[in-house]
Amino acid sequence: MRIGLQVQNTNFHNMLYFTFTKMLNRGYNINTEHQFAKVKKMERVILHSDLNSFYASVECLYNPAIRDKPVAVAGSVERRHGIILTANIIAKKGYGIKVGEAIWQARQKCSDLVVVPPNYSLYIRFSKEAREIYRTYTDLIESFGIDEAWLDVTESTKLFGTGEKIADEIRRRIREELGITASVGVSYNKVFAKLGSEIKKPDATTVITPENYRDLVWRLPVSDLLYVGRATFRKLAKVGILTIGDLANSPLSFLKRLLGKWGEYLWTFANGYDTSPVVKLDYEGVIKGIGNSTTTPRDLGNDKDVRLMFYVLAESVAERLRRHNFKCRTVQIYIRDNELKSIERQAKLKDYSFVSRELAEKAFSIFKDNWTWERPIRSIGLRATDLVTADTYMQLSMFDDENKKPKLEKLESSIDDIRRRFGHYSVQRGLLLTDSMLNCNPIEENVIFPVSYFR
Amino acid sequence: MRKVYVDTTAYFTKDGDIFPLKFVWEDGRKYTVDKVLDKRKAASLKVGGQGIRYTCRVLGKEIYMFLEDGNRWFIEGK
Repeated sequence: MRIGLQVQNTNFHNMLYFTFTKMLNRGYNINTEHQFAKVKKMERVILHSDLNSFYASVECLYNPAIRDKPVAVAGSVERRHGIILTANIIAKKGYGIKVGEAIWQARQKCSDLVVVPPNYSLYIRFSKEAREIYRTYTDLIESFGIDEAWLDVTESTKLFGTGEKIADEIRRRIREELGITASVGVSYNKVFAKLGSEIKKPDATTVITPENYRDLVWRLPVSDLLYVGRATFRKLAKVGILTIGDLANSPLSFLKRLLGKWGEYLWTFANGYDTSPVVKLDYEGVIKGIGNSTTTPRDLGNDKDVRLMFYVLAESVAERLRRHNFKCRTVQIYIRDNELKSIERQAKLKDYSFVSRELAEKAFSIFKDNWTWERPIRSIGLRATDLVTADTYMQLSMFDDENKKPKLEKLESSIDDIRRRFGHYSVQRGLLLTDSMLNCNPIEENVIFPVSYFR
Repeated sequence: MRKVYVDTTAYFTKDGDIFPLKFVWEDGRKYTVDKVLDKRKAASLKVGGQGIRYTCRVLGKEIYMFLEDGNRWFIEGK
């Protein structure tokens, strides 16, 4: 009953949105306040919760001795992952340390910075615990990275009180039950809710209503808005649009000419007309592709190195394909040289597959066709897309040996079993033993970067 | 304060609840939990940790026992 209702709601919103965009396309000049007066009647209540300095906060909780010091969580320098993933408030405010800096840059600003390595399994546990708290208020939760989530609590307000009250309760519970803090934005659309969670930090609630958004949101720099990255910001700054208010008050036709269809989206966001629904989504999201990329411990200098790395990556990608019961058709590779120039190329396999050798050899052949070895390679990636469930019916080939395929697949599944029981390095390809420095297990030694942009 | 992990004997109810019955302190002394007064999720800011916090009465005193990640018990030591 309840689910049915919500689906209807979403449809209703979408319908309104489409009629609205249609009208815009036909060149109606915008008397939008009037148009949207109708929507306001069934205003949504959307929360955006942001766990403050998430990785650093969890580390500080577990180690009280470093709680009052500047702390940063960063990847390992030896493996050349040495950038700041998160810094706590003391490090950010007191020393101006930024996410994405190299450790040595951060150390120049603050010599007694405490740098700790990341502990992802712990962060995932906390992320799940936070989700459990959200789940007591609504089932409409859309995770955005490991530390942020949107919640649609429109229906729950009848049970738990206003959006602000729910937000305060969620903050209290995260503080008491998890020992970390969250800032929560409450609004009638997702974009404003997200902006709200950034206005006051840490451990604060900000409510943005149709009455006060002009004061709260329009003053913010336009770069705070979702989808306004560096390139868009430059374009907007050139024409004198610096705040979200400037953007909202610019003529739509002008923005469309400047930015194309994104101009329309951004204008919609800035005016609070965003109607995109909160989609039930775990932080892993819907799987469209499975990939791994890595910055290698040393630069790759020849085809042999690259082939080895493709095998390392393909084994991990293929294992994850099998774990999620997928086969893939398309293989994509990603190569970045030591001057940080990168290319991405893709090609199709002859048949759907989750066999690591087929993925690796395909990747290597794409590589051979596209790389000219002007510079050594710093990082390398392999991705499988165009997925189907593994046990679906397949077209057999008249010319290939179809008996061989199930054998290969069985072999790979047996290797999974052996590795599950005795560890990743218990069974290995001979090829990988030729260079122990490059050989690794990307599944376990993976770095998860905090998401800060739309996927 | 220190985080002291302890060996614990616990009672598993048929509904899936867990309650501590006895634990062994780091010096080897054994204690019995006389009563569990409260059970809730909580963080221990004092020693650094998070889990299910049991407020227990032991020898007439109230102490916190934490079940961390569902598999280890710790107590806030002096």
